[in-house]
Amino acid sequence: MRVTFPHMGNLYIPLKAMLNYLEVDVVVPPPSSKKTLNLGVKHGPEFACMPLKLNLGNFIEAREMGADTIIMAGGCGPCRFGYYAQIEHAILKDIGCDMQLIVLEPPEKNISELIVKMKKITGSRSWWQVIQAIRFGYQKALAVDEMEKTAFQVRPREAKPGATDRAFSEALTLIDNAASQVELAEARKKADTIMAGVARKHGAPVVRIAVIGEIYTLLEPFSNHRLERHLGLLGVEVDRSIYLSEWVNDHLLFGLVKNLRSSKDACASASPYLCHFVGGHGQETVGSAVNYALAGYDGIIQVYPFTCMPEIVAQSILPGVGSDYDIPILTLIMDEHTGEAGLQTRLEAFIDLLARRKETREAVNR
Amino acid sequence: MKVGIPRALLYYYYYPMWRTFFEELGAEVVLSSPSTRVTLTQGLKHAVDEVCLPVKLFFGHVLDLTGKVDFIFLPRMVSVEHRKYICPKFLGLPDMIRRLDGLPDLIGVDVNLYRKNRDLYTAINKVGSLFTGNKFKIFRAYRNSVKTLQKYCRLLQMGLMPAEALAVLENNVGDKPLGYPLEMNVAVIGHPYNIYDPYISMNLVGRLKEMGANVLTAEHVPEKILRSNAARLPKKLFWSLGHRMIGAAYHYLDRQDISGVVHVAAFGCGPDSMTGELIERHARALRAPFLNLTLDEHTGEAGIVTRLEAFLDMVRWKKAEAAGL
Repeated sequence: MRVTFPHMGNLYIPLKAMLNYLEVDVVVPPPSSKKTLNLGVKHGPEFACMPLKLNLGNFIEAREMGADTIIMAGGCGPCRFGYYAQIEHAILKDIGCDMQLIVLEPPEKNISELIVKMKKITGSRSWWQVIQAIRFGYQKALAVDEMEKTAFQVRPREAKPGATDRAFSEALTLIDNAASQVELAEARKKADTIMAGVARKHGAPVVRIAVIGEIYTLLEPFSNHRLERHLGLLGVEVDRSIYLSEWVNDHLLFGLVKNLRSSKDACASASPYLCHFVGGHGQETVGSAVNYALAGYDGIIQVYPFTCMPEIVAQSILPGVGSDYDIPILTLIMDEHTGEAGLQTRLEAFIDLLARRKETREAVNR
Repeated sequence: MKVGIPRALLYYYYYPMWRTFFEELGAEVVLSSPSTRVTLTQGLKHAVDEVCLPVKLFFGHVLDLTGKVDFIFLPRMVSVEHRKYICPKFLGLPDMIRRLDGLPDLIGVDVNLYRKNRDLYTAINKVGSLFTGNKFKIFRAYRNSVKTLQKYCRLLQMGLMPAEALAVLENNVGDKPLGYPLEMNVAVIGHPYNIYDPYISMNLVGRLKEMGANVLTAEHVPEKILRSNAARLPKKLFWSLGHRMIGAAYHYLDRQDISGVVHVAAFGCGPDSMTGELIERHARALRAPFLNLTLDEHTGEAGIVTRLEAFLDMVRWKKAEAAGL
């Protein structure tokens, strides 16, 4: 059994670590690229959202590398993601990529369904080993997120353009290569030093923007045209409404780890704008917008894939948040036709607006 | 008191029930006018570009009611059956509508039967108590409204279209002779609010009839058959309407007397993009005549007519071929 899984940003690092810990043979698909997307667009349904098309492309590319089993998460709606695996499987079968599919989702009748599926992956390993593997994976997720947060801080202030990117990818490789808990602790230390070593310039005015929206387009840089990097290079300090480790904690560890931002807080802040969950991260998006406005951010960017239902609900409601809290909100919708140049122009215009607003406000306050 | 009901979305499923319920409680029910260019334009102006066509139209119908009624009935339809949802946009609809200016009061209540059926009664009581403090009266109104709904569903299963079934319920059927049997049967699969709204669907059902095809829809299939056909999917579908459409499509594709299937999707509809794919794959595997129509605010009438004509030509050729002509 050679196992593969879809890409979602740096998810591959903790997932690979976890599966390797269980001695499962893993095939990480090549990073999502234009080719991946083209494969997905060619074989996927036209109006499906972009994550489905990219998943599909990932699987086809992994198949070429010898993978024969897919691990996917599932769900029970109302967002389309809950039916991804089944549709993707049917499509793969039709184009002659017959792969075994293991969908981990909330069991319909009783927990034994889930356990049977888990056993397919873990084989004869004991539950203790499984728990250790999850712990190891989670620690990697935390380490990756830490590096990412540092990169968000450093990038707008870097003295030499591109220095942060180089340091960041070096740090990621270190974390990815750590094979045990001890090695990981060492890798973390080294990675910290590398990130701290990026030369910074002083006195650059920095605008703060929060990026919110649908989780896949937020976490997968290919799907958002490396939005956060663009913002950073334009001198913007970025924060993102959801990080990998937070998502894992909320959805897979049932909130076991305390002192982490959780989706519950975001949902609580969404009222009175959106008083009910709408699937996906729609309610979290509205709530995070409120939280970021209260935290004094200069602007908010919502990102989601074309036709994403929960985010469309959020988009309809966000103008209310924007006018109540006096904060500009830009919505960016990603699909296979989105071009990088157009995105760049819109970002520059948005940042100009924010910078000017900030200047006027500071002049008035002075 | 006047209660307004928008002639859109789940109106096509539940209007007879809602109407009976409110009238039993002594309220006057006002429907928004049938969809027109104006309704849609109003909706387009006030909804964000990205929402699907039926939701845009719903905005228009709500705006049509403003100034005419004391209340607008706008329940949050989260789930109408165990372990199934409608669609994320229905879950957020009341919050999207509330942003409009100058609306009358909204009767908003969460209808959520995802976990258990009993929860419906809580919602009903909440709505009823706006009109009367008499619990027994609310209960009787509820009982009668359910009876009306059952009658409506039976009429649909006899092969009537929603508008015809409503006419029977309201006792205003004209004295017209019944039409002759048409030369072939075509199944039209789509969300009720897309295929039964004559403006949005460009009178799809009427046109097919004029072209000589008898039209069958998901509402004509008994619940049990729908369910057993939808159970052929590898995983249970978690959208009530999508589940219905899949069950009906699979059922009709198996039937020898059905000559072809038309799938109607709204542009930007999430569930349609998935269920449409499943239905199309199934139809292709069976080599059945299949037409996929995507509707949006820019859809032109001429394009639809041409495609329908071409589809029916294909169906006729196939029939002739099968008959050895």
